[in-house]
Amino acid sequence: MSEVLTASRIPLENYAEVVGAGEIEELRALAKPLRGRSIEMINSTAVGGGVAEILNRLVPLAEELDLGIRWDVMKGAEEFFDVTKSFHNALHGEPYHAKPKDFEIFLSYNEQNRATLPLDAEFVVIHDPQPAALIDARKPSSNHWVWRCHIDLSHPNRAVWDFLEKFVTRYDGAMFSSPEFSRQLSIPQYLFYPAIDPLSEKNCPLDSEFIEQVLRRYQIDPQRPILTQISRFDRLKDPVGVIRAYRIVKRYFDCQLVLAGGSASDDPEGALVLKDALRAAEQDPDIKILELPAWAPLEVNALQRASTIVVQKSLREGFGLTVSEALWKKKPVVASAVGGIPSQIIHKHTGLLAHSVEGTAYQIRFLLSHPQIAAKLGENGHEHVKENFLITQKLKRYLALFLMLDRGL
Amino acid sequence: LNTAETPFDFVTASYLTRIGNQSAGTLAELLTGLEHCSDASIFHHTFQTLGTHHFLTEGFSNDFAQWVLASTNRNDLAEQLTALDIRDYMSIAALRSDLCRVVRDFCDAEPQFAAQSGLERFYFCESVEVTVPLGRSTRNLDEFREGLEHLSHASFYFHFISSRLRLQLQTNDFSLWLSGSLGLRTLADSVNQIDIYTNTLDSARTKMLRLIDRERRKA
Repeated sequence: MSEVLTASRIPLENYAEVVGAGEIEELRALAKPLRGRSIEMINSTAVGGGVAEILNRLVPLAEELDLGIRWDVMKGAEEFFDVTKSFHNALHGEPYHAKPKDFEIFLSYNEQNRATLPLDAEFVVIHDPQPAALIDARKPSSNHWVWRCHIDLSHPNRAVWDFLEKFVTRYDGAMFSSPEFSRQLSIPQYLFYPAIDPLSEKNCPLDSEFIEQVLRRYQIDPQRPILTQISRFDRLKDPVGVIRAYRIVKRYFDCQLVLAGGSASDDPEGALVLKDALRAAEQDPDIKILELPAWAPLEVNALQRASTIVVQKSLREGFGLTVSEALWKKKPVVASAVGGIPSQIIHKHTGLLAHSVEGTAYQIRFLLSHPQIAAKLGENGHEHVKENFLITQKLKRYLALFLMLDRGL
Repeated sequence: LNTAETPFDFVTASYLTRIGNQSAGTLAELLTGLEHCSDASIFHHTFQTLGTHHFLTEGFSNDFAQWVLASTNRNDLAEQLTALDIRDYMSIAALRSDLCRVVRDFCDAEPQFAAQSGLERFYFCESVEVTVPLGRSTRNLDEFREGLEHLSHASFYFHFISSRLRLQLQTNDFSLWLSGSLGLRTLADSVNQIDIYTNTLDSARTKMLRLIDRERRKA
């Protein structure tokens, strides 16, 4: 079976407390003309990764609106996922010499999946490059196919993109997380922000007792300012740059730094980055470098809520949903102006953007000196997320897309 | 209370953002983009952005001004773009013309800044509006108030802000109906005077409800 049955369900009505009853009524109104219509979402994994996380939440909500939605995962062996992992990195701009065999493997698994997946829904949504060639199964003018690309295509490897583009341009439209990630295409392109779930463990409200308990566990002092960056140990997240910025701030403020991310034990590159960060920390007791087991959502939530300022000093970034997570918790955020971050941080309105270690340090110092401005940025940031980056907004965008396709707008 | 012959039908709207093929990295390129982008793009970056960023009530007016401020650090030009008020326009052509004039005048006066690269690029986008009736029809002020109180942001935005352009008038759906169908001209004018730049959608709605309550007390 390729169909994914989502386990956790949060009733749509529960979101009314967060977004307002009017928003839920609106979702129902938008879904009404689509009631019973068939939708098929297809990606390459049921667990792990942002896409699966979002579909796990989105599909049950769509079912509650009486949409005939199903979620299928394409099947592939190791050789297929090795190739698609290389394609993924190449599309992000990493050097890669694609061999003809790689393309053959890609096409062969897409063909196998075409034979087993239903692919007959009125609206077919293909996520990311792995299943992009399933478009070959489309019957002429029978249904609507759209491609949702979650990766940054601004500087792709030419050979891989040229190969993929032939499939992509046969869709009715493509959706990207940021205008910066899109390509010049002959089909319409739409902006589809990723989303956070305000009721998930990573974002739900927490008891102050639990937050204090987490701080005690990691020996973090709640009485002094806490700067936090939540991210995996990856060079592109620049943990050493964050430590350098912290050292500048430390000259003026008696603050602490928390760098928390998933375990680097099964990731050789991550282990090296972690080692570099530990070396840069020089056993400073006010720098806490935390390897959290499987991202421990409640602990991440607690650390974000306990923070004075949240930092996201990435050198490159996808969308950077950790920024939305922090903003949702009304935290002032200082972040690099890369990837999807400027969509979330409207400079001086919902947070502060920076372009260097020194700039990051300066913005942190500014916010520590002006707590009222920091609080205002946090309030605005919360509203920005509520308006644009919640799972309910994402559902609304999909409904609008299906209605638009249906009406031929 | 007056009963209207023509009911007010609440509608909700959802907006998709279509990414255009134009972008700008300098003020000169911004000017070129403003001259050539679609009307839907001008609408998106001026009218639509007020809906998606309604919670920003200080210093945020439109995407062009925000980009000039944050990416090129030209506060003087940003201020002039911020000052353009969509309520003064009855057509996108007129709004585009003023946007172009302001940027062109600046580039002519400060040519050294016109070609300077901004920190980030500006991407021209468009809004695609998808409307659906909410199935709620009102014929008098009490019913109208009830409907207004429970509207989503998108629906309120659709009737109060984006309608100005659709109607090609300096008014909005609410004021038009209050005046035309219920004969409440003063109330309609007061509603139309609510400042959409310094209010959030929620605070604009609260003000509107207060004005309606005052009218009901009079009746």
